[in-house]
Amino acid sequence: MPHLDAAYNLARWLAGNDHDAADIVQDACVRAFRFAGNCRGENARAWLLTIVRNTAFTWLKKNRPKAVVSIDDDELAEVEDTNRAANSIHGADTGVLRAALAALPLEFREALVLRELEGCSYKEIAEVAGVPVGTVMSRLARARRQLQNQFARKGGL
Amino acid sequence: MNCADIRKLIHAWADDELDLVRSLEVEQHLKGCPECAAERNSIQFLRDALRQNDLTHRAPESLRKEIRKLARADADGPARDREDAQPAGMMQLWIWRLLAGGATAFAILTIVSRFEISGGNQLVDEAVASHVRSLQANHLMDVASTDQHTVKPWFAGKLDFAPPVKDFAAQDYPLIGGRLDYLDGRTVAALVYQYKKHFINVFVWPSANAKATAPVLENDRGYSIINFEADGFHYCIVSDAEGKALNEFAGLLGGL
Repeated sequence: MPHLDAAYNLARWLAGNDHDAADIVQDACVRAFRFAGNCRGENARAWLLTIVRNTAFTWLKKNRPKAVVSIDDDELAEVEDTNRAANSIHGADTGVLRAALAALPLEFREALVLRELEGCSYKEIAEVAGVPVGTVMSRLARARRQLQNQFARKGGL
Repeated sequence: MNCADIRKLIHAWADDELDLVRSLEVEQHLKGCPECAAERNSIQFLRDALRQNDLTHRAPESLRKEIRKLARADADGPARDREDAQPAGMMQLWIWRLLAGGATAFAILTIVSRFEISGGNQLVDEAVASHVRSLQANHLMDVASTDQHTVKPWFAGKLDFAPPVKDFAAQDYPLIGGRLDYLDGRTVAALVYQYKKHFINVFVWPSANAKATAPVLENDRGYSIINFEADGFHYCIVSDAEGKALNEFAGLLGGL
């Protein structure tokens, strides 16, 4: 399982705790093995992440319906204070960043985790999340703005 | 491009996902605009912070063991389970599983069919998104020409096929240019036509099907989308022009 860490990282960020993340990954792997015998091919990572993502969303809808609130794709909010946000982000430690990322809506968190932590391309994210590339672009922009604004409000932490 | 356009594109630029022409336009703007440059710095700080702070969770050893066990159990299963199921042969395997009984097989079939359904909608989604992006970002054309003999050679060397390029100015659908786009998992030719005040994007890529098919009209978010095959090519037409005019246009392109 060369992509187990990537699978676990996505599940962990979506589910929010170790126990549920492990359950989701295990369930997803059962499906993955049944699906094609094993995970191979050049797109194996995106393929496995897609199964993990769908398993996680199904699990969340069943066990934590309030967490799965679909986001509306309205206009981008402005960043309230770009310089303040930049300074505040610069000084943030790992714990603060973790909490900020965890506070984002599910679809935004997913896009950022895939992009920044797993280094996925827009096309791969589109495949995993099942949305067009244009939606990936706007979700990443809005996810980052929400984080910037979180930090701008915190000021010099 | 003004600041509002830049703010829409700056994230894709920071992610290195913009085409060369638009990247250069963004960079040009950033040189002369301190506000947008501050936005870029802020995004860069955020990206660095997320990547350098080790926010990644690694799979615990206990899970690793469980998955290894699962993999072994899978390898010990019936021989046909282990076959490297090719996409084409996979349906058969699922059907076999369903006949063999078992709720998981049913669950998997449901997943497979869901994937297939979303696959169909995804082409429409992608085509509309490409159409909208091409208008939004002032990136309708890489080669602007009403001359089919200019547009066609432009594609040579950029694609592994030669798209049919015809001008229909006499029928009220003048060719105005072309560009490369990405659709349905491959690079495609995008031909841009105009009908009255509407722009029409025609995405063309080779199809395994040599026969012409009847155009299928769909509507999505106020756009009309027509798909059909002709002369060994798949055509996907997207526009906000009315469906009737687009159907006529599909006929000109060779749809039945």
